[in-house]
Amino acid sequence: MPKTQGAILAPDLTRRGFLVAMSAAGAAFGFPRVSGAAQIFATSEGGSSSSDQLFEPSLWYTIDGEGRVNVNITRAEMGQHIGTALARILADELGADWEDVQITYVDHEKKWGGAPTAGSRSVWSLWSVYRQAGAAGRMALTQAAAQKWGIAPEACTTEAGMVTGGGNSIAFAVLVAEGLSRSFTQDEVKAVPLKPHSDFRLIGRDVAALDINDKTTGRALYGLDAKVDDMVYAVPLIPPTRQGSKVISIDDSEAKGQRGYLRTIDLQDPSGIVPGIVVVVGETLMAAKWASELVTVEWEAGETGTVSEDDIQGLSRELIADESKGTLLDTGNFDTKPAFDAAAEVVEAEYTTSTVLHFALEPMNATAFVNDAGQYEIHAGSQWPALMTGWVERALGVGPGTVTMRTYMLGGGFGRRVFGDYVVAAALTTKSLGGTPVKLVFFREDDSLIDCPRSPSVQKLRLALDAERKITAMDHNAAAGWPSYTVRTEADMAKGIDDKPYDTAGISGADHWYDVGAHRIRAIANHLASQTVRAGFLRSIAPGWINFAVESFMDEVAHKLGVDPVDFRLAHLRPEGRNAGEAPHSVGGADRQAAVLRRVAELSGYGRSDLGPDTAIGIASTYGQEREMPTWNGTAVQLRVDRESGQVEVQKLWMVIDCGTVIDPDGARAQCEGAVLWGLSMALYEGTSIESGQVYDRNLDTYTPLRMIDTPELQIELVESTEAPVGLGEPGVTGVAPAVANAIYNAVGIRMRHLPMTPEMITEAL
Amino acid sequence: MISLKVNGRNFSLDMDPDTPLLWALRDELDMTGTKFGCGIGMCGACTVHVGGRATRACITFIRDVEGAEVTTIEGLDPQGNHPVQEAWRNLRVPQCGYCQSGQIMQAAALLRDIPDPGDDDIDAVMTGNLCRCMTYPRIRNAVREAATVMKGN
Repeated sequence: MPKTQGAILAPDLTRRGFLVAMSAAGAAFGFPRVSGAAQIFATSEGGSSSSDQLFEPSLWYTIDGEGRVNVNITRAEMGQHIGTALARILADELGADWEDVQITYVDHEKKWGGAPTAGSRSVWSLWSVYRQAGAAGRMALTQAAAQKWGIAPEACTTEAGMVTGGGNSIAFAVLVAEGLSRSFTQDEVKAVPLKPHSDFRLIGRDVAALDINDKTTGRALYGLDAKVDDMVYAVPLIPPTRQGSKVISIDDSEAKGQRGYLRTIDLQDPSGIVPGIVVVVGETLMAAKWASELVTVEWEAGETGTVSEDDIQGLSRELIADESKGTLLDTGNFDTKPAFDAAAEVVEAEYTTSTVLHFALEPMNATAFVNDAGQYEIHAGSQWPALMTGWVERALGVGPGTVTMRTYMLGGGFGRRVFGDYVVAAALTTKSLGGTPVKLVFFREDDSLIDCPRSPSVQKLRLALDAERKITAMDHNAAAGWPSYTVRTEADMAKGIDDKPYDTAGISGADHWYDVGAHRIRAIANHLASQTVRAGFLRSIAPGWINFAVESFMDEVAHKLGVDPVDFRLAHLRPEGRNAGEAPHSVGGADRQAAVLRRVAELSGYGRSDLGPDTAIGIASTYGQEREMPTWNGTAVQLRVDRESGQVEVQKLWMVIDCGTVIDPDGARAQCEGAVLWGLSMALYEGTSIESGQVYDRNLDTYTPLRMIDTPELQIELVESTEAPVGLGEPGVTGVAPAVANAIYNAVGIRMRHLPMTPEMITEAL
Repeated sequence: MISLKVNGRNFSLDMDPDTPLLWALRDELDMTGTKFGCGIGMCGACTVHVGGRATRACITFIRDVEGAEVTTIEGLDPQGNHPVQEAWRNLRVPQCGYCQSGQIMQAAALLRDIPDPGDDDIDAVMTGNLCRCMTYPRIRNAVREAATVMKGN
């Protein structure tokens, strides 16, 4: 069995930048490197800890006898710099010196809660947790100091790693070295008073994210960089259908001539996560890859071998037409029939979106083996290690505690690394190899074939106007493959009217903050999409395509009524009733959406008439991801349409975001930049289709995400706020596609109702 | 045996000569800073320098670079302080970071060829490198900043 180093602090840990239990820097030719997965980032240089004293006020962090604060991060790092944000929250309440802070990415043990890193929920869900944890430590430190000085604890404060009070001051390090050992129950922690915003010293201030340095030198370690002694390599052969395929026969006689070829394995997954996948094993990755091209596998395909994108979209239209299908959401007043029956006029439109690939730049991969303790050990990047560990146990047929995951930096997550098929496949491979370490790598085309893409979608929206041309009701029907089927059953989904299940990940965004009278939202699962491609979560999830419909439709209706689209939206954003908002996360309600909308209109110069021919600004406004954690978003796009070619030249993009309290301003801006460009990419440049049961575009020869040359000037403004923070990783995506569609309408008078909006479709419409 | 010179050091590899340089670097020489993205030379994550030219290591066979000088992200600067790397840190370019070794190597080659690039030069050269986190605005600014610093030197 190979020797590995656990994901714990190595004894010779230095504090220089990014540290891994075994450093890649010392690697020499032929020297086998064992990658531990411990991902520890520190703020500053310093010697190794010689302190035995450790103060652990809660499981979230420790302070050692030299004053070092180690903050445990239970979320995956995939570019959002989440560790820095969470550590800043805790360190601020604690009164730590930022230079003393380091972060450790922890693994999947139950005590960390087992939540995924997804849905822009990390800061939203952990803000109070990390604040309370920091405040509890502050209380313990001030009480200890106060006792020492014979003064009241209330007379003491903490800042920059020191307690001060009554003219005295003492370092955290000294108090810990003297044996401070108080710990708190959850209830005690919750009762500790928190700082007012005015006392924040780290939150909202500029900081360089701790994970950045080593991402400029090649030292940051991703799953694909894992290496274990005596490791072999494997590549998959992908079956004709994503589900239901069975291996009939394998012929590897030709592969036997390939140097370094070891064997071919039918994974035979009893859990059904990777049905029909065959892996080819070699001494090197290329030996496995070349051998795989010489192996012939005959499969019995599953039922979806002939399914096309048109079949899926056709089914969605049928489901929408059948009023008995789907689940109605409780919007307070969902009976729209009387209003439509009485309507003087009905506006109706259908919006569709194509399949979209994740295309995380690091293709799916995992390294697996049985370690010295007899445990299955998996090394990989993962957005949900707790879930994946359970899946691997089921696939291997082993009991709890037999599988452990070491997580690495993610070379892109975007929702793909929520689904653990690549991890299960690696585990089954090592099982077949008797525990020998194996790194399973999906080459790009294979990665695309096993993607859990964003489902194609169909939405039909209707709106009733009375004789005075006031809106009296809105119907929103949305059909797509529900992403949550990849990770849970209907029993664990949200419940709508009549207690019927629905997937928020298939409808969020429809339950908007505009007052439209009666509001009927019907979420419809397209099981054919789920069965064919395991439609999954993709950055910004439902709001990424639902808002294309909502915000295009609002624009269409405004134009139809002869009202300016911004004025029209503002007239229907009223903070009343259920749109008034609730503490703590949606305080202000529709007023805050109106504010970002007004501001982005002002910032962009919306309405100006001097932009030149076929050039215009379009606007959209959303609430980000979820009603219970709205990130208020105003987006404006200025573009020119080339009537000859149908090409859209995007000239500038503005976004105003109100996410409540901003923790790390530059990190927040970076997330917004990436998100709006994802939105632009999905609006104009990327999309694929399902042909014969599989995604058609599998690599960059035909799949064309946005590149630098397509990147417009961005202007992003974050609203100053002291409200509770919500999410930022995804909300920036949600307004771009409708803003582009609205701008195209304003520029050349055509209404684009399908994503992506390709030059061919634009020329055709013109 | 194939002889390679990587970051100034000589190596002898007992590998199939048709092995892409990328996998020789990553799996045999343990230089994992160079990344695998698309395998067809269209994402740029595997960009290294061969004889000073930006080269896609995923589609370059080791037999074709025998004897040539190969530089990877690990060897761009001994301390990791090439002006391009410093600009990348100053502007906090990386998000997930996976493409950034390739971006940095591409940018370093660009600035050697065109010390004072215009925006069109930057776009034309850097557009071959995909960043899935879409850090393009910061990459663009960091190339400009590195160019300014390098001219000053």
